[in-house]
Amino acid sequence: MPLLPVRWRWLVASGFLLCAPIVAGMAWLVLTALFDRVHGLVPAGPLAPENWAFVGSPSVGGRPPAVVALLNSVLFSFAVAAVEIVVASMAAYAISRLHFPGRSLYLAVVLVLHAFPAVSLLIAIFYILRVLGLFDTLVGVILVKTALELPLGIWLMKGFFDFLSWEMEMAALVDGMSRWGVFWKVALPMVRPGLLALGTFALLSAWGEFILPFTLIVSSRSWTLATYLQSFLTEAFTDFGMVAAVGLFYALPVLVLFGLGQRYLLNLYGGGVKG
Amino acid sequence: MRGIEVRLEGLSKHFGRVVALRSLDLEVRAGEMVAFLGPSGCGKTTTLLLVAGIYRPTTGAIYFGDRRVDGLHPRDRDVGMVFQSYALYPHLTLFENIAFPLRLKRRPEAEVRAKVSQTAELLGIGHVLDRRPGQVSGGQQQRAALARALVKEPQVLLLDEPLSNLDAQIRLQARAEIRRLQRDLGVTTILVTHDQAEALAMADRVAVFSTGEVQQYATPLELYQRPQNTFVAGFVGHPPMNVVRGRLEGGTFEADGWRCRVPRVSYRGEGYLGVRPEDLRVGGEVEARVLVAETLGREQLVTVRVGATELKLLAAQADGFAADSVVKLDIPPDRVHLFDAAGRRIG
Repeated sequence: MPLLPVRWRWLVASGFLLCAPIVAGMAWLVLTALFDRVHGLVPAGPLAPENWAFVGSPSVGGRPPAVVALLNSVLFSFAVAAVEIVVASMAAYAISRLHFPGRSLYLAVVLVLHAFPAVSLLIAIFYILRVLGLFDTLVGVILVKTALELPLGIWLMKGFFDFLSWEMEMAALVDGMSRWGVFWKVALPMVRPGLLALGTFALLSAWGEFILPFTLIVSSRSWTLATYLQSFLTEAFTDFGMVAAVGLFYALPVLVLFGLGQRYLLNLYGGGVKG
Repeated sequence: MRGIEVRLEGLSKHFGRVVALRSLDLEVRAGEMVAFLGPSGCGKTTTLLLVAGIYRPTTGAIYFGDRRVDGLHPRDRDVGMVFQSYALYPHLTLFENIAFPLRLKRRPEAEVRAKVSQTAELLGIGHVLDRRPGQVSGGQQQRAALARALVKEPQVLLLDEPLSNLDAQIRLQARAEIRRLQRDLGVTTILVTHDQAEALAMADRVAVFSTGEVQQYATPLELYQRPQNTFVAGFVGHPPMNVVRGRLEGGTFEADGWRCRVPRVSYRGEGYLGVRPEDLRVGGEVEARVLVAETLGREQLVTVRVGATELKLLAAQADGFAADSVVKLDIPPDRVHLFDAAGRRIG
C-alpha cells in the first residue's frame, strides 16, 4: 500500500471526521445496550444483562417472541432476495438480448416505476392485498417489496448482460446448447458478480425495510424485527437500554453476514466489472 | 471427416427495415474453402450466421447436401464455428473448452479424452490444455477455438475473421496452417474476412460482398484478372486498381483532358477505364506529371496527374521519379478493363 501524498492527508483526516457522528452513534448503541447507565459515551453503571431479557421472554405486551420476529425477518429478506434475483436476471436478459415489440417502452416504464416513492402507493397496495387475500401475510409483503425493488434490479442486471460477449453465446449455441441452456449455463455464470451484488443489496434493503411490514402486517406472529423494534419505542415509558439492546440484536445478523462473507464481498466491489 | 455441399437459395435477411442481405444464391462444393470478402456491413457475417443457424432467414433456403437446414436449431446442423473474439469460456481450461461440444453430446469420457487430445495435438496445443484462456497466448487461444470447432468433426466449418486478432507474423503462419488442415480434413469451409490478402491466399473461391449482395463469385485469379464490375475492380488488388470515369468511343477512351487507345468494343458512351498500378509503364504517349513517389521497399508507388485525373503506378525502385517532372505513360490496351456507365464489365 503506497503512502498517500502529504497534501492529501488532510482529506483523509476530514473523511474520518465526517464519519465520527455515525461511529459515535454506533458506540452509543453498543454501550447503552450493555450498561445500566451511560453518560455521553462513558459507561456509568454496572453491566445490565436485564436489557437483553427480551431475547428469552415468550412475549412481552402483545409482542411475539424475539426469535419469531428474527425468523420472520430472515425469511422475509431471503425470500425477497431470491425472488428478485430470479425475476430480475430473467427480465434483464430478455431486455438485453431479445428483440420483442415494446421493448424500449418497457424499459422506460420500468425506470418510471422505480421513481415512484413506495409510500405514495401504500393505500393502493393495501387495497390490492386485501382483494388478493394477502393482507396481513408475510407472502404479501414479500411480493410488494420484491416488486418495488425489481426496477433497480432489472436495470443493474441489464448492464451486466449488455457487457457480455454475444459471440460467447453464439459459440455455445453452435456447440449444441439450447437457448435456455445458454442463459442458464453460459450467461448466468458470467454475471455472477452482478447476481451477488444484487442479492446483497436486496437482502440489506429488505432487512432494513420498515414501512411495508408496519403497514401491511397486523398480526404479531408475522412481525419482522423492524416492527418489533418499533413497538418498544411507542410505549409510555421508553427503556433506552432495552431499545438499544433490541437495535443491536437487529443489527447483529447483518454484521455476522458481512463478517463471514467479507472476503467475497470486497472482491465483488473491487472486481465486479471485470467480467 | 468428409465435407458436404452447402447451397444458399434466394437467401435474404431483413432487420426491421434494414436489408442486410438481398436474395443470395451461392453454392460451396463439398470440401471446398470459400471466402466471403467485403467491407464491414456488407452482409458477409450475416450470411455466415444464417448458415450457422444463429439467425433465421427472412426468405430463402439453406441446404447441406440434400438436407434443408434453415429451419433447424444450430445444434442440429453439425457445424463448427470459430469467432473473431474466439469466444472461449474464460472459466474453463482449454481442455474443457475443447471438450465442451462433446460433453453436450454426452459422449463417454474415454472418447472425449481421446478426441480432445488428438485434436489438440493436431493443432500443437497439447502442452497447454490444463491452462485457462487468459493464461495462454493469442495464437494458442485461436488454435483452441479452432480445436473446439473441429473436435466434433463437423461437416461444415465456419470461420468469422479468425485471424484478425493475431499479430501480423503469426497471422501468416496461421493462414497456411488453417489452409493445410482444411485440405487434410476435407471439411467444407466458409471464411469471412475483410482482408483481401487472406481471402485470396486461403480460399478456392472468393465471394465479394457489397451492400448485401454478392458482386462476384470466382477464383482468386479470376477476380484479379477479370473483375466483373468497378466495385470488385477497386476492392481486390493492392494497391487498388485505377478506375477512371470517361467516354468510350470506338477504340479510344477519353477522360477529362486526355485520351488513350483501348480494345475496340461495341459499347459507346459514358463508362469506366480500369488499369492496375502494376500494368502502367513509362514510355508511351500519355503525358503525365509526377506528384509524389512513395517507397514501398521492393518497388515504389508513384502518383501522377494526367489531365484532371490522378493515377497510381508501381515502378521499380531504381527508376527516378522527381516530383513535378513530366513522364510519358504507357497504358497497354491489352491490360485495361472496361466498364459501362453502370459499372458492369464490358468484353
